Formats: sequence, C-alpha cells, structure tokens
Amino acid sequence: MATLKLISMRLKSVKSIQKITKSMKMVSAAKFARAERELAPARIFGVGARSLYEVTDLASEEREKKKFLAILVSSDRGLCGGIHSNVAKSIRADLNGELENYDTKLVIIGDKVKSMMQGKHGSKIVLSVNDYGKKVPLFEDASRLAEEVIASGVEYDIGAVYYNNFKSVISYNTSKIPIFPVDALESSEKLSVYDDIDNDVLQCYHEFSLASLIFYTMKEGACSEQSSRMTAMEAATKNAGEMIDRLTLRYNRTRQAVITKELIEIISGAAAIK
Amino acid sequence: MVSRLPLLLYRAVPLLRLQARSVSTSGYHFNELPLTFSSPYESFYKKQNISQVDVSTLSGDMGILPDHVPVIAALSPGLVSVYEENGDINKFFVSSGVVTVNEDSSVQILAEEAAPLTHLDRLEAQKGLDKCQQDLNSASSEEDRATANIGIDFYEAALKAL
Repeated sequence: MATLKLISMRLKSVKSIQKITKSMKMVSAAKFARAERELAPARIFGVGARSLYEVTDLASEEREKKKFLAILVSSDRGLCGGIHSNVAKSIRADLNGELENYDTKLVIIGDKVKSMMQGKHGSKIVLSVNDYGKKVPLFEDASRLAEEVIASGVEYDIGAVYYNNFKSVISYNTSKIPIFPVDALESSEKLSVYDDIDNDVLQCYHEFSLASLIFYTMKEGACSEQSSRMTAMEAATKNAGEMIDRLTLRYNRTRQAVITKELIEIISGAAAIK
Repeated sequence: MVSRLPLLLYRAVPLLRLQARSVSTSGYHFNELPLTFSSPYESFYKKQNISQVDVSTLSGDMGILPDHVPVIAALSPGLVSVYEENGDINKFFVSSGVVTVNEDSSVQILAEEAAPLTHLDRLEAQKGLDKCQQDLNSASSEEDRATANIGIDFYEAALKAL
C-alpha cells in the first residue's frame, strides 16, 4: 500500500499537469480563433489559385505520368491529436497503393511528419523545412518554400499537396490538392483557348499559383492543428480532473486508515497498562 | 391542315426560345462578369458580378469587360479599378500577382499584397522610392540591384496611381 507521502506527491504533480494542459487549451483557443478568422480570405485565395487547374482539367489529361511530387504540410509542434500522423498515414497509404509504380519525391514541412517518414521512405525526401508552426503562416513562408521547391530542380509529372482540411472545431479531414509542373500546363490542350500566352507569363503564373496553393494549405493545416490541439488539451484536462478525484479519495482513505491505526495502538497500549 | 399550322407554330415558339437560352449559357455569350479578388489576408470580392475591371499586367494594361477572351497574365505593380454594377468605381493598389479570365467569363485576381488606394500615403511612397534609389546606387551585387529595381518599380507605380 502506497504511503501517504507518495500519494500526496502524485496528487501534486497531476494537479500541476492539469494546470498546464488547461492553459495550453486556453492558448490554442485564442490561436484557433485567429487562425479561423484568417482562413476565410485564404480560402477564397486558394479556390482562386486552384481554378485554372480545374478549368483546364489537367488531372484527367492523358500524359506520361511517372514522377510524383508530394508536398506534406504539417508542423513542428505536437500535442495536437492525430494531425501529423494523419498526414503521414495518408501519404503512406498512397505510396503503398496508387503511387506504387511512381518515382515519388517528398517535400516536407514540419519536423513531426519528417520523423515519421524518415524510416522507410527517408530516401524519397528531397527537401524538408522545420521551425514552422510556432507562428501564424505567412504568404512569405509559402513563397519561400515554393521558390525552394522550384530551385531544388525536382522533376515531376504530377504532384499533390497533402494537408489537413479544416471542417469544424471538432473535425478535419486529411486531403490532397493536385499540382502540376509548368510544362504540363504548356502542353495542355485546353490552355489554347487562353489568349496569347508566352512562356514567361506562364512561368510567373505557375510559380505564383504554387505559392498560393501552399499558403492556402498551410492556413487550413494551422487552423485544423489549433482546433485539434484545443480538443486534445481539453480531454487531457478532463482526464487529469478524474485522476485528481480518484487520488484525493485514496489519499483521504489512507489518512483515515493511518489515524485509525494509531488510535488502536494508543488504546490497546493503554488497556495493556491497566 | 391549314388550321393546324398556327397551333404548331405556337407550340414551337417556346421550344425555340428555350434553345436560344441554352445556347447563350453554353459558352458563346455572357453578360456577367463574376469577379473574385483576393490577397492572402483579405478578400475584396467573391464571385460578385461587376461591369468592368482594369488591371495592369507585365504585358501591358488591360480592361476586362464581360465576354472577354480567356486570358492569363501576371500582374505588375499598379492600379486595379473595379467598376461595380451600380456605377461605383473601387480602386485598389496591388504589388504583384496573377489575373485569370476563364472561358465562363469569370475573373480571378489574386494579389500578393493588395490595399484600397485610400490606404496609400504619397509621402511614404516618395520616401520608399528615395530609399530604393539609394540602395540601387550603393548596390554591389546583381541581386541587390534587382531588388532595388523591383522596389523602384513598385514605388513609382504607387506614386503614379496616387
């Protein structure tokens, strides 16, 4: 049986953990409110960036598709439920399924997913960035990353951005948005309806679209992450509360038992003297 | 037989009208110009019908009216003027970005930075221009020079817009 001292120490540590999780919940609630507010314009921006790909219907066009580029958007910071592992799970499922015959390359944003992918698929990583997720994602972050991706010279025929799409405070789903290299755009049949396009314009357009898409997915990801962290921390606070209740009960019982024991000792000692 | 002819015509008229309508929505003629205009942090229009929009692109200035040919272009620093259906003209200044006019006559303007023109300050723009010109003079590498030149383009366009 645990001594009184042990239980009281345990109780104290659980209480302080509860305080931590509670304040983490408050912090992420504030961050979430901001992320959600900023998501609305970013969504319009993202939908706009996708529309050319959708109008030109590049995804269903017949082309040779051998090289795949996956951009995984998550972050460095944990304690937010399954946010990171869902991204990793979704790419892993694709790697074992529909991407089996592709030569896949990975670009990873955030340390968490990187460490999950490093084992079996480590050789596929061409670029990874960290120190991301502490602050609100900015368009500069996205454009710098897009620049890096283009500068790294990675070749692809088709690609996708894997990210967590925010649905509501209690739910998000891991989804992907297709991306295409600039030569796919150039050779697209449907692009011919657009008036005089030169390669420079197309290159600019493509770079900007990639940056916009990455920005949009970062915003969605950040919002899902904060909401998920909020839920996770709330659950942790609740669990800690239950634990505190159980421990307090045990502490009081043990205390009573100790008092009763001492009383018995005193009384029986007194009786023996008589 | 003769007496039935008007009836047939009468029946055929709505049919013809229906066909005419379906043609006009299937890609030949549009009277509407739904505009989506957004920067990463602020959206100004979301599929709102307008009557005209003027933009400045790398390949020249462009006025977009309903039924414009599909086009994609990269924005250069400058004015975006939106003529709303009620006759109001809203002016914005954009730093860079892209503009897309699709086959269905919808327009997307995505800017890296955009602000209503009234938020711009002539004095600040002049100050920025002077600084960039200084930078250009003291630039040692090709990259610094390019950065300074971009800054000069930007501030000159801002001053011109004001």
